[in-house]
Amino acid sequence: MRILIKNGHIVDPSQKIDEVGDILIEDGKIKELMMQDAGYKMQDRKIKDHESDSRIIDAKGLYVLPGLVDMHVHLREPGFEYKETIKTGTMAAIKGGFTTVCCMPNTYPVNDNASVTEFIIRKAAQKGYCTVLPIGAITKGQKGKELAEIGTMINEGCIAFSDDGHPVMNSLIMRRALEYSKTFDVPVISHCEDLTLSEGGVMNEGLMSVTLGLGGIPAEAEQIMVFRDILLAELTGGRLHIAHVSTEGSVNLIRDAKKRGVNVTAETCPHYFSITEDAVKGFDSNAKVNPPLRTERDIKAIKEGLRDGAIDVIATDHAPHHRDEKLREFDMAPFGISGLETALSLSLRLLEEGILTMNQLVEKMVLNPSRILRLNKGAFKVGANADIAIVDINKEYRVESERFVSKGKNTPFEGWVLKGMCFLTICKGKVYEW
Amino acid sequence: MPKELMNKKDIDRALMRMSHEIIEKNKGIEKLCLVGIQRGGVHLAKRLASKIQQIEKKEISVGSLDIAFYRDDLNIRKEQPVVRRTEVLFEVTDLKIILVDDVLFTGRSIRAALDALMDMGRPASIQLSVLIDRGHRELPIKADYVGKNIPTALSETVEVQLVEEGLEDRVILEKVSSEE
Amino acid sequence: MLTNKDLLGIKELSVEEINLILDTSAGFKDVLGRDIKKVPTLRGKTTVNLFFEPSTRTRTSFELAAKRLSTDVINFSVPTSSVVKGESLIDTALTVQALGADFIIIRHSSSGVPHLLAKKLRVSVINAGDGTNEHPTQALLDAFTIREKKGKIEGLEIAIVGDIAHSRVAKSNIYSLKKLGARLRLIGPPTLIPKEMEVMGIDIFHNMEDGLRDVDVLMMLRIQMERQGKGFFPSTEEYSRNWGLTLERLSLAKDEVIVMHPGPMNRGIEITSEIADGPRSVILEQVTNGLAVRMAVMYLLAGVKR
Repeated sequence: MRILIKNGHIVDPSQKIDEVGDILIEDGKIKELMMQDAGYKMQDRKIKDHESDSRIIDAKGLYVLPGLVDMHVHLREPGFEYKETIKTGTMAAIKGGFTTVCCMPNTYPVNDNASVTEFIIRKAAQKGYCTVLPIGAITKGQKGKELAEIGTMINEGCIAFSDDGHPVMNSLIMRRALEYSKTFDVPVISHCEDLTLSEGGVMNEGLMSVTLGLGGIPAEAEQIMVFRDILLAELTGGRLHIAHVSTEGSVNLIRDAKKRGVNVTAETCPHYFSITEDAVKGFDSNAKVNPPLRTERDIKAIKEGLRDGAIDVIATDHAPHHRDEKLREFDMAPFGISGLETALSLSLRLLEEGILTMNQLVEKMVLNPSRILRLNKGAFKVGANADIAIVDINKEYRVESERFVSKGKNTPFEGWVLKGMCFLTICKGKVYEW
Repeated sequence: MPKELMNKKDIDRALMRMSHEIIEKNKGIEKLCLVGIQRGGVHLAKRLASKIQQIEKKEISVGSLDIAFYRDDLNIRKEQPVVRRTEVLFEVTDLKIILVDDVLFTGRSIRAALDALMDMGRPASIQLSVLIDRGHRELPIKADYVGKNIPTALSETVEVQLVEEGLEDRVILEKVSSEE
Repeated sequence: MLTNKDLLGIKELSVEEINLILDTSAGFKDVLGRDIKKVPTLRGKTTVNLFFEPSTRTRTSFELAAKRLSTDVINFSVPTSSVVKGESLIDTALTVQALGADFIIIRHSSSGVPHLLAKKLRVSVINAGDGTNEHPTQALLDAFTIREKKGKIEGLEIAIVGDIAHSRVAKSNIYSLKKLGARLRLIGPPTLIPKEMEVMGIDIFHNMEDGLRDVDVLMMLRIQMERQGKGFFPSTEEYSRNWGLTLERLSLAKDEVIVMHPGPMNRGIEITSEIADGPRSVILEQVTNGLAVRMAVMYLLAGVKR
């Protein structure tokens, strides 16, 4: 199968490409790259009209990006297939423009051993629409007491480790994890939350939580653990990656740590720079997420962190839940936002606001996660897998969760009119269009 | 274009006559009391009481009654009726009550007022005094004392305006469209 | 006219709506003074009390109010939580609606439950207390009581004393009294008063004597024994010594001060018996007024067109 993408604005910061050009794909791999500046355009005769197994895509006015890499998703399989499966989750990823996702281990059973890792990899090969790379648990059962068999899991295919969903409360265990991980040069992804401070909390602590009568999670619950993990990273020299940063304080701590030369990277999610705790008014459990939605001030700080590089990655923390689970008492509803299908559109707003350029956005959503996880993704190099997202930054649409491909319809962005979406995705040799 | 049916003097004369009629029919004001239906009836009841007091040189009790809770049309009304005060500060049992209202029309308000009074006790008797009887009864209700009989069409309205409500004393008739 | 079919909280009511409820309550209080304390107004309607938290006073008050309006009343007493029963909250509520309920009066330990039900159900949902969010009918009956005793609410100095952080009664009162123009003070230990409330234009006092000076209305809150073990205050004795209402402290308020309490009282802890039974106390009148207010609320909600 040959595909020719013509006239698209190709963005590949790794090769400093940011101009209109053509890409020829053959059998799922990049065959040729022809930039407009090179003087001549690829002739259509490269694909003959009567060739049956070929296709020409006119990407005039559209951006051609390397397929996005989401280093934080919950695919829920094995064990919670009623919320999402590898099949439906990867389909949602493709729709959102993601061609590689890294799935967190808080499945059932927990991915803390080689056989669960093997299951995920096999299932993904059979049913996954995009590349799925498993993240293994740091501790057995994610209980925070004993290290899991990190080396064995890496052999089986895990590319990073996290107890996400839970923090590693015991500082000694976190220290050991960071030290031990150095053997394999893998990042330890930390879910920073001091459980003793966040106990009973279901939203950001502040005037809003007081007026709604809901338990509050103070910003300090995150910041204290961010600080602790940074110091442990400094102590051990291990590679620390901070998951879902949500507060101004955390951004400042990370920025300072980087200045000191600590080996720390950080990610944030689109909801932390798009929507505040006000979304909880009316007790909408679709706005219930951990870490919680914060304030305007935090949003401003997150955007600044993205702009100046304190925050390296935009990941989704895609957390699908069944409708019945969210349709209950706010206190009892599970935390999480189904984010794969809105992430790119929300992130494109940063371009409009002048926070990031398209190049920088591609860095945050492709190159940096690739680099942190030592993946070979994100470059349009001849011979590389053709993982491509064609994006129309001008197309306006209304968010309708009912039309989500993911099983999870839980989003606080219902009804929002967003501009910019992924219009076509190419992955594993197939073309997906919306 | 509203038509004036009674002016201040007409109203006053009618009330004066009704006061005499009440005293005559009841052979005095022994065990008699007046209860006005909110809002128009309350003002008229007070005026009747004051005239009766002038004539008999004795006091007569006056109360006010809100019938919002006893109406039969709560489900079909466009707007909920405003709830007002009910002040009947005397025991109604064994008393002769003169119910007072401004306009007698279908009779349903009076029916509601009767139910309300019955829930308050066991009056010896209830008589009805209205300033205007405009016909079109839907229930078997009859007024004992009438200020003026005015035959009307259903497409018309009759309104009693009183000084106590900040207007001039008068009774007006107005044609309205079928939309009420 | 009320604009919503439900009564979820004071936050959702405008000043006009609050005044309408209070005015209507006066009319119902008249009914309660008669021998036959019943009116046929809502005859044929069905009221369901859905109480997920145990409560005798509030539930009985609502039950009586509903009966006095001639509705049929059913009591669903759900033990602990619906999770225990296996049926979801929404399912329980839909079942009740299917049985023909016109009013669902709900009390639940989770904030926001009445709001969830109101969205999903056709019937009128009345919040009888949700978590630490609101208890709107309590605030309305408190406002009615103050208005009756003092003639007005605007400009009055009103102090609320006790565990404000965990009290939905306090919160609803704060919202309503602020809307009605009172000047509010909160008195209690710092651990029990959310500092965020200062932003709302309310004075916070940790010293009772300072806070009580020249107060027109004193609202005492029940101190919950469960809070003792969690570090909010060391012991009820110490709490009582610092924030309990004694005659001496009461004398610092204005001479015509009225003392209120939502009940049930811990005599000797937050309030002494002499005050509770004394001439300044309006505690029992609050109970009577509660009936009138709840009747008014149900009457007005019945009139909201769907």
